Amino acid sequence: MRYAETGYNLEIDLSRGNIERVQTDPRLTELHLGGLGTNAKLLWDRVPADVEPFSPDNLLIFSTGLLVGTPAPGANRTIISTYSPQTLLMGYSMMGGFLAPELKYAGYDKLILRGKSPNMVYLWINNDKVEIRDASHLRGKGAVETAELIRQELKEPKAQVAAIGLAGENRVYMASIEQGRSSASRLGLGAVMGDKGVKAIAVRGTKDIHIARPAEYMQLCNDVLQYIKVRAPNLIPEVMPILAGLGSPQEMLHTDEKWHTENFMWGNARVRRKDFWNKEIEEKWKNALETVRTRLISCYNCPMKCGAIISAPGVSTYMMKCFSKLTYTMAAFVDDLDFGFRIAQRATEYGVDGFSTPQAMAFGFELKEAGILTDADFAGCPSDNEGKFYWLLDRIVRREGIGDVLANGTYWAAKQIGKGAEDYAHNNIKKHEQLPLKLGMLNPIYFLMYSTGEKLNITQIEGNFPQAPFSTMEVREAFVEDWIQAPDEKFKKYVLDWELRGERSMPFYPPVDACCEIVDWQEKMHHIDDALGICAGLSSFPLKPPYHIHNLPAFISAATGMDMDEAGLTHIFNRNRNLVRAINVRRGLRRADEKPPEDHWKKRFPELEEKLLDAYYKFKGWNHEGIPTKEYLHELGLDYVAEDFLRRGILTDNEGTPSTSAKTEKK
Amino acid sequence: MDEKKKKIVKTIKIDVDKCNGCRACEVVCSAFHATPKYSSNNPARSRIRVIREPLRDVYLPVYAGEHAKAECMGRDKYVIDGKEYDECDFCRASCPSRDIFKEPDSGLPLKCDMCEDDPPQEKPLCVQWCVNDALTYEEREEEVEEEVKLEDVEIGLESMVDKYGLQRVMDTVARMAKKD
Repeated sequence: MRYAETGYNLEIDLSRGNIERVQTDPRLTELHLGGLGTNAKLLWDRVPADVEPFSPDNLLIFSTGLLVGTPAPGANRTIISTYSPQTLLMGYSMMGGFLAPELKYAGYDKLILRGKSPNMVYLWINNDKVEIRDASHLRGKGAVETAELIRQELKEPKAQVAAIGLAGENRVYMASIEQGRSSASRLGLGAVMGDKGVKAIAVRGTKDIHIARPAEYMQLCNDVLQYIKVRAPNLIPEVMPILAGLGSPQEMLHTDEKWHTENFMWGNARVRRKDFWNKEIEEKWKNALETVRTRLISCYNCPMKCGAIISAPGVSTYMMKCFSKLTYTMAAFVDDLDFGFRIAQRATEYGVDGFSTPQAMAFGFELKEAGILTDADFAGCPSDNEGKFYWLLDRIVRREGIGDVLANGTYWAAKQIGKGAEDYAHNNIKKHEQLPLKLGMLNPIYFLMYSTGEKLNITQIEGNFPQAPFSTMEVREAFVEDWIQAPDEKFKKYVLDWELRGERSMPFYPPVDACCEIVDWQEKMHHIDDALGICAGLSSFPLKPPYHIHNLPAFISAATGMDMDEAGLTHIFNRNRNLVRAINVRRGLRRADEKPPEDHWKKRFPELEEKLLDAYYKFKGWNHEGIPTKEYLHELGLDYVAEDFLRRGILTDNEGTPSTSAKTEKK
Repeated sequence: MDEKKKKIVKTIKIDVDKCNGCRACEVVCSAFHATPKYSSNNPARSRIRVIREPLRDVYLPVYAGEHAKAECMGRDKYVIDGKEYDECDFCRASCPSRDIFKEPDSGLPLKCDMCEDDPPQEKPLCVQWCVNDALTYEEREEEVEEEVKLEDVEIGLESMVDKYGLQRVMDTVARMAKKD
């Protein structure tokens, strides 16, 4: 019997309409755990490096994580992987919600889609019964609306549904996959789903998930719940309220937005409004949130309440989480939060990424002001800030006129537009829009995370280490006293010694070697979560989370029966991490791509930055170009990657002579 | 033969406003009632279900009560503070009109047993796992007539007898016993 996992994947060839239930090799679980790890293995093995994202040969994988569906709190993530139309690299975005556990109860660890359906369809997975159903009547429907219609049509209110909106149907690069309160928003996965002709996936499962050592596992789960009860209300001092507790940023709970509105940038990630927040705004915004927020809600089997049901008068109800209440508001320079809730309703039904979409719109209007785009491009566009944004959102998801260009994201749009537009697409990493955050002094830890992260969202690599030094020794000592999550005592020393000013302050403290360790640790925790399907909000994202490197091996052992310890888990992380990098290296990723947005910090230190990158590559077992070395790949049991690299000339037998012209290089 | 006896009445108080819809109650209920205990979990086997309609803000944990042999003659539908609940949402019965509170493979009825355990649990597991306190546990003492308590197997058999008649069930059991 397989424990924690089902041992089966569901493979659907959309071109031929073929459906197969395929048993998986248990050895792959030992090597990669599951989730992101086994997704990467599938992409490496089955999708050649030169396959275009919108090719029938591209795979779109909906994966559960190894612990999803077990009683482990917060183990509910759907890890979706494919090749991204936005970055052309491996795109992996994830969502919480209820889909992945349902898929597991239906008897599958992954749903693997290949080919393209000639007509728009939706998939109905009801335990062993799987159908490809006509979805022509759902064309153009909103993502939330579609989920409701499908549940009614199937007469199955308990089915969990993930759907795309108009944006995905029209292959808009910022199209998301929406699922109730959750969405996989980054990297254009919704566009790939639309390209495959799949409007939605509905799942219902009523089978058992088995645990290898039940009593031990339940004890671990109970310990986590007990810890959450104590930790959640005990906020970390000197950390902004939305990040001081547990969970993803508590944007649906808190109404004080002084920090975001005055520190994050407005418009096209450029304008800082240092005196924005005042009593009147505070009152108005508090009222706006409390008027539309019906209830704080969670994902499957998680005590947190990171999301909310939003019912704004006059528009249909939807669910929201995290930061999207502000992204449209701030990009559009609208001082009324009610606008944020209303436009996000439309954007959710269209199914677009709440990070990239507002930036692409603000970018468009900035180009118009600069005279690079013309009035003709915006014929019919209203002149008020709110009306403008609604108008452009409607054009983008339909790919009409200028919307067709902006639908490709700021990087590709700027290239298409030319005339200096590229200078306005200034907030990207690896061709993808980032948080609208512009700061003063270089933070060496964040420099490495921004530069080398391959999930392309800072929240998906940062987390367990404080973002900034604490003010006094007293606060630092109190912080490290019960910091059981630190993998090693030396991390406590970094926190204790880290000063706001003087010799031991940024950018030269933490020292380069320490920065490497800190970044590697934080990335490791995210990768482990993504393989297990545990939400980062209870694990890799907040400070002092219930899951950490010291208890996760026990979870894996008790759930699966595999022997696992910290060293073993770290080894698997390194294997998975390097496989993701290998996929991207094979698609052309090199050192030149590894940099934060030019203007992210005002004070830059080119020499130090080079040193940081050199040291980190070395620490990671990568050569000067950021390519895993043959020796290190061998150590990780990834000789097949090394052989591929040698064959393509990406690596040469003479290590240290990096290749500059890989065969599959695409820029 | 019934006589008055002191009895602990176990009550789970359900505060629907505090429910965040996470269904941890379903997870732990099905794990607790697995054999061996905690060896598997499957919310479809849970004796508590969260009736959950996010877009209508319906978040309603309901416990499995007695098995009902037949559907009611009519249906009830509640409207509370302007919020409309579906037909039978508040009903605890495992009944022919709907598929909740039935074992997914056999269709046999499920019933909440307040996590009877040896040694006894301090509170039912669903309450222990409801960190948001939507479910809280109370006990009080009452004088009641003692009832004969049916075991799981008896509850199952009784419903089979209701459906197929005693003779057919006995024949089937006899035939199965022979096969073994």
